[in-house]
Amino acid sequence: MERPTKVGAPGALARAAKPALTVLPFLILFLCASLLPDWMMKVPQAWTVPFIDWTNAVIDHLREDALFGLFSFRDFTRWIAELITWPLALVEGLLVSGFPDFGIPAMPWVMTAGLCGVLGWALRDWRLGTLAAGCVAYMAIFGKWELSMITLSVVLVAAPIAGSIGFLLGIMAVKKPWFEAVIVPLLNVLQSLPHFSYLIPIAVFIGVGHKAGTIATIIFAIPPMARLTILGLKGIAEEIREAGKMAGCTRFQMLWMVEIPAARQALLVGVNQVIMQCLAMVVIASFVGARGLGHDLLFRLQSLKIGQALESGVAIVLMAIVLDQLSRAAAEKQPSHLADNVSWLARFPFLSAAIAVCGVSLLLSAITPYASVWPDELTLSTAPLWDGLVDWITLYFFDPLQYFRDAMLLYVLIPVRGLFQQIPWTAMVALVAVAGWSLGGVRLALVVSGFVLFIAFAGFWERSLITAYMVAVAVMLCVLIGLPVGIWASKTDRRAKMAKLWCDTFQTFPSFIYLIPVIMLFKVGDVAAISAIIIYAMIPIIRYTVFGLRNVPQDIVEAGITSGCTERQLLWNIRLPLAFPEIMLGINQTIMFALFMVIIAAFIGTKDIGQEIFRALTFNDAGKGLVLGLCVAFMGLTADKLITAWSAERKSRLGLA
Amino acid sequence: MGDPKIACRNLWKLYGPDPVGFLKRHDGRPSIEAIRAQGYISAVRDVSFDVMPGEILVVMGLSGSGKSTLLRCLSRLVQPTAGEVMFEGRDMLTASDSELIELRRHKMGMVFQNFALLPHRTVLENVAFPLQVRGTARQERESRARDVIELVGLKGREGYYPRELSGGQQQRVGIARSLAVGPDLWFLDEPFSALDPLIRKEMQDEFLRLQKVLNKTIVFITHDFDEAIRVADRIAIMKDGAIEQLGTAEQLVTRPATPYVAKFTENIPRDRLLSVRSVMASTSPRKPAKDAIRADALLASIARQIVTTERPIDVVDDEGILVGTLDRGTYIDALYDQEPAR
Repeated sequence: MERPTKVGAPGALARAAKPALTVLPFLILFLCASLLPDWMMKVPQAWTVPFIDWTNAVIDHLREDALFGLFSFRDFTRWIAELITWPLALVEGLLVSGFPDFGIPAMPWVMTAGLCGVLGWALRDWRLGTLAAGCVAYMAIFGKWELSMITLSVVLVAAPIAGSIGFLLGIMAVKKPWFEAVIVPLLNVLQSLPHFSYLIPIAVFIGVGHKAGTIATIIFAIPPMARLTILGLKGIAEEIREAGKMAGCTRFQMLWMVEIPAARQALLVGVNQVIMQCLAMVVIASFVGARGLGHDLLFRLQSLKIGQALESGVAIVLMAIVLDQLSRAAAEKQPSHLADNVSWLARFPFLSAAIAVCGVSLLLSAITPYASVWPDELTLSTAPLWDGLVDWITLYFFDPLQYFRDAMLLYVLIPVRGLFQQIPWTAMVALVAVAGWSLGGVRLALVVSGFVLFIAFAGFWERSLITAYMVAVAVMLCVLIGLPVGIWASKTDRRAKMAKLWCDTFQTFPSFIYLIPVIMLFKVGDVAAISAIIIYAMIPIIRYTVFGLRNVPQDIVEAGITSGCTERQLLWNIRLPLAFPEIMLGINQTIMFALFMVIIAAFIGTKDIGQEIFRALTFNDAGKGLVLGLCVAFMGLTADKLITAWSAERKSRLGLA
Repeated sequence: MGDPKIACRNLWKLYGPDPVGFLKRHDGRPSIEAIRAQGYISAVRDVSFDVMPGEILVVMGLSGSGKSTLLRCLSRLVQPTAGEVMFEGRDMLTASDSELIELRRHKMGMVFQNFALLPHRTVLENVAFPLQVRGTARQERESRARDVIELVGLKGREGYYPRELSGGQQQRVGIARSLAVGPDLWFLDEPFSALDPLIRKEMQDEFLRLQKVLNKTIVFITHDFDEAIRVADRIAIMKDGAIEQLGTAEQLVTRPATPYVAKFTENIPRDRLLSVRSVMASTSPRKPAKDAIRADALLASIARQIVTTERPIDVVDDEGILVGTLDRGTYIDALYDQEPAR
């Protein structure tokens, strides 16, 4: 039932008054900052709540004392870590290391490439097959075979496990309302926790090393699957469920024969997400000792070997593209019927091709060793090329880059940071609380001000302000650049398609990759960090702008055209206002992306929460890592809650919901 | 005629904070004003009727009139707030979950407005689905499914997936699926509303052809009065969750119980609906004339005879016995909704 919305005709003053009133308490506190007592300016040390100590107490208890019957919690975690080594060893043996104990070699690289090609062909067409086979061949020819196959085996082991756990959680949530009430807020927080916050507890309970990295990867990839399972199962048409009931399904039959197959597409999108999250995490998990491409990249970045780092980066990017395209194709594939009485070959073309590939590659590797392992002496390296590029940039662009960097620092970053640091914490709480209250009532106000109060009392207010300032600057620049680009891209079908393709592709890259070019251009520091954030966080604002503008109801646009609007009037009076709620959701995503990146950017020397988390990682301080992670998550969630509330209200007002 | 196949008595379905308590407080019969005033939504309001074996009852109403909810109360996809639903003399509302599953596996079939086919199954697998669920062996269920698919005219499409079929074909699959278990009771929820007008007409004919062969007990929901007239034995017109009038199409047109029903029926072409019997004048027994017409003929079919015959025409029943007469004036009045001069 639709609730009648009060539609008045407020005057211009009243319309301006509401947003003005929202920021009024903030402005008063901010402008009168010099008059405020100290405790209203900075959170007094004495008020700090020892969240970290509490968390550490719990963790210590789990680590040292907690007993589940015969074994301790730590035994339990170690046991799980042991368990994971089995499938890991199996896949790794198959792909790269072979099984020396049994005298079985690994799959020849031509076989891996060929099978990936067949998979791509089966899932979409020969073009995807060529892409997949080509990228696998690239790994062999350019000397990244071993590293990339290790990374791939982590993904191949972690993704199914994470996917199944997320899937089961999602099913539970759909079937049991109380479980959903518990898990959905938890998923919200987990999905906004920075990657590093996952790593520290893993390091504490399992230690460092390859299997610890794998487990971190698994845990990190669970939330998106759970969420998409919930979404998918809830999205099934009620009629389909009724059809199942009328057929006389038991609850079990309903779930397995009706609901899960009917939600197949959403679930496969979940699988795609899981795979991509696994890849992103396994790169970052190199900080706790996961081997593979990520480790290589980290090592080379640390020693500032940009050319070699880029080479690894390209390998990661290629792997991301192939994994994304393959899993996406699987999600998009629709079943179709077969003609009767066709030959076995035509009935199972892909199976036949796969068997043929296996046969041919075994034959080839019997004839020439080149087919099983690409020889070192023929390995190509692109590193000199990249190094040359870096040298060339430094040679010809040193001055402009330097100038840009200094100007950014002097005229943008330092003033904005100064401004942020002058904000009294009480003003921030007031702003968020009033905004929450005006957008969603008391409940929302309590939730969001609770988030901010947590950050304030956790004892890292100054650090948080630095994070906030970097995110704010980056998001501002993202909007300034991304909005016009999005508007430009939304003009024609061709451009919109291109924009979507680029956004899709760039979004698949593990965020860590974005550090490489900025280090190349700006070395380390705030400018480099903000540039990395901007590149990464630009994706959603462009995507949502294009989507929003192109999805303005066609009849309203036509009404504008027939009213005699010029192209410009159409944009300003019809397209932009109607797309604005969607664009705001894009900005929301941009903020989330920026928060993820700002923490990773700690790697190149920022002075914000990220740096503290980084330190916590070094000292294995799980409590601190988690509390700081929560601070970051709560920043993101505050923005998220406020913006989605605003956008939903605006959409329903425009009749778009 | 024997016992009704399915019957409901004083069936209620209210949505709101505490529907059961609300109903109790108003002695089980709250007025529509009271329901609205307290923020409740009445989907089904005190509905009672019987459906006899082999009968087609059409429930007709505009969107939001509660007709779909009524159907779901009968099939217990929705739990009614109060009242009773008797299926073959058994109270459906007290049936346990497992009893319900048994009933649905053997006695009931349902066709849905948007087909509700399982997208990942072929036509054959969709139709065989209810049989598979109840544990019929593969060979048997597939041969049974093939029979039903042939019955609805989809032979040759067994291996297709729903998305590869047109809307009309998809609904044929939906119909086949609902018939696969050989149900006694057949629910159709606006089965043809999502189809184009021409296809809809074709599907109605198909439905009538099937019913002639199968002779099921049917509750058929529609918002289209023309469709109701075409397929119904009796029609129930619903408004705001209550039945305004229940009767044959002829009764609704000639004797509407409420202004709402009258409004619905006023534009119905009467010549194809009314029979001679419903408008003829009675007469004393005598030997009928040679050009006598049959009492169950539709008015449209005797138009020429009425125009060419000056005197009142004799009307006879199936055995050729005189039952009344029909003159030109009464005929015209009946067609154009004038109260006959009584």
